[in-house]
Amino acid sequence: MTNTFVQLSLTPILIGVLACCACALPGNFLVLRRQSLIGDAISHVALPGIVVAFLLTGTLAAGPMLIGAAGAAIVAVGLIELIRRLGNIEPGAAMGVVFTTLFAAGVLLLEQSDTSKVHLDVEHALYGNLESLIWLRGTSWAALTDPVALAALPPQLGRLALVLLAMVAFTVVFWKELVIGTFDAGFAASIGARPGPTGFGLVVMVAVAAVAAFDAVGSIIVIAMFICPPASARMMTDRIGPQIGWSLGFATLAAVLGYVLAGYGPLWLGGRNSVSAAGMIATVSGVVLGLAALWGPRRRGAHRLAA
Amino acid sequence: MNGFLQALLLQAGYNTALVTVGAAILGASAGAIGSFVLLRKRALVSDAISHATLPGLALAFIIMAGLSGDGRWLPGLMIGAGISAGLGLLVVDWLTARTRLAEDAAIGAVLSVFFGAGVVLMTVIQTLQTGRQAGLSGYLLGSTAGMLRSEAQIIAIAAAVTGLAIFLLRRPFTLVCFDAEYAAVRGINVRATDLAMMGLLMAVTVIGLKVAGLVLIVALTIIPPVAARFWTDRPGRMVVIAAMIGAVAAWLGAVVSSLDRGLPTGSLIVLFSFALFVVSMLLSPRRGLLAGIAHRLRFQGLVHERQGLIALARAEPIYDSQTLRRLKARGWIRPDGVATLKGRAAAAAAQRDEARWSLYRNLHPEAAAGSPSQGIRPLAEVLPPDLIADLDRRLGAGSDFHEVRI
Repeated sequence: MTNTFVQLSLTPILIGVLACCACALPGNFLVLRRQSLIGDAISHVALPGIVVAFLLTGTLAAGPMLIGAAGAAIVAVGLIELIRRLGNIEPGAAMGVVFTTLFAAGVLLLEQSDTSKVHLDVEHALYGNLESLIWLRGTSWAALTDPVALAALPPQLGRLALVLLAMVAFTVVFWKELVIGTFDAGFAASIGARPGPTGFGLVVMVAVAAVAAFDAVGSIIVIAMFICPPASARMMTDRIGPQIGWSLGFATLAAVLGYVLAGYGPLWLGGRNSVSAAGMIATVSGVVLGLAALWGPRRRGAHRLAA
Repeated sequence: MNGFLQALLLQAGYNTALVTVGAAILGASAGAIGSFVLLRKRALVSDAISHATLPGLALAFIIMAGLSGDGRWLPGLMIGAGISAGLGLLVVDWLTARTRLAEDAAIGAVLSVFFGAGVVLMTVIQTLQTGRQAGLSGYLLGSTAGMLRSEAQIIAIAAAVTGLAIFLLRRPFTLVCFDAEYAAVRGINVRATDLAMMGLLMAVTVIGLKVAGLVLIVALTIIPPVAARFWTDRPGRMVVIAAMIGAVAAWLGAVVSSLDRGLPTGSLIVLFSFALFVVSMLLSPRRGLLAGIAHRLRFQGLVHERQGLIALARAEPIYDSQTLRRLKARGWIRPDGVATLKGRAAAAAAQRDEARWSLYRNLHPEAAAGSPSQGIRPLAEVLPPDLIADLDRRLGAGSDFHEVRI
């Protein structure tokens, strides 16, 4: 059990936790700024970016795919802004126009191009392949100290660790600007905290997190993790600092519990095959949100002043 | 191309024709209900609804496969999808009303969690031995290839019934969209109307799953209404135009998709809708991009002409090259910059009008500030003749207009 656990389950769980935390951290600000669906839009448009990158380079190497997805995200954000301004359309509808169109274009490109030789399809983009990110060299716990075995770790692990680190750094460095800009953009502008560039920086960081996590775990987890843990955390506290703490806790809980339930749950119920880990992690995060919405101490918001 | 024309004109076989007509009716219904949802500012709710259909779809498939060995029966799948979409809708409403979450977070949470649960069930289906699971993957991205005749008939009839319901409910929908409180005063049950609107949105989504796929069906309810918004400011016309755009896009999408493999219906319909949206954004005479640019250029020209004429009247030199060009084009100055006879007459008229405007601004500052024609159009075109006569009387017909400026 121990050996196969390190080999088959340790790295997927770690990658899941890292991806979930990397998304939940900026998600806190998205939820508070009522921009939750930006994450949804960005993770949809990653598909055409990846397909174009594949068509241009002919490989599924991580570098071009990440660049392609990030480029698509930037194009999408620009298009949304353009359509919103030119057409005087509400942001939600502009977003709906852009991300569905780009996703449709991605699907069409994918169907039209010859991708039969490589593992690239829409299902993969949606569900990810968390279960396949195993560590073959990790035959026992002792492998954690063996440099040869460590070098064979899935590259997603290191990449997501870096992204999470970047998220933490961004949040810490721009903490004041982010918080003030989130709660009172007008005041932020008046004291020179530059809510505009900060907001744009936040969207860029969201895109980075979405693209990096998307590569490892698929777009469902990305969307769920941008929203569910921060939303659950919001039911627990009125303060932004503790809210982020709660959200990271919930994200970790969802990743670990979801993976374990997906991998071992069916076996406990007498089945023989595991179910989708990405789907299960999203489901667990939803259950957590449901519980928080039912019984969270701050579910109805701060004490309202008599209006 | 021949095949395309045949399919376009419904000559490529009964089944293809049926699918095409069904898709067009669906596109029309989706565009119509989407218009009301857009005006109610809840466009992205349909994203939550469409993703929330997946667990119901999968569960219905599992149940039917267990009972009969074949899980692909369309009405059963539709009922399952409808139930779970309704549940998702209720959760969005509940989260928005009962907790502190805003609607966008509620939508995002519901769509990702329901979709995640659906994916879990889909992997369960993959491990089933029976049930002909291949039929289910078409619901993700939409596929009309190999659609049964009965399925196409069900889709066409259900979409037509939904469209009829939207038509019957158009008045309460419009009232609630624009002024919910007034609608309530008029005796319309706002909550029930909202519920009916969302119910019809859900119906369109569920009916369209097979054609457009659950990831992309949301586009059918968003893009045509947004495109229609460019052409009109009247809700009734907007609904009709959105329905037409949706029908045309769905028609073309279904036709092109029937030509070859590897042409997913949902993607094509969405891309055709987007093309129509781009056309609307560029060409609409009211709010289109080109109309806006033309309007700005015309406005710029008028300002240049006006300022040039006033400069002529005051015998001030003109340096701006665009002003000079416009004055020359109108024949008001000679190439060397000296005013022609016609130009002097126009300059005097402009001068007199400027004096009228300046007096009007002094007498009625608020009315003048509110006029979009200020300093551009002759005041005589803006005000009735008796007011102009009154202004002229105050100015004194022969006096020097320079003195009136304050």
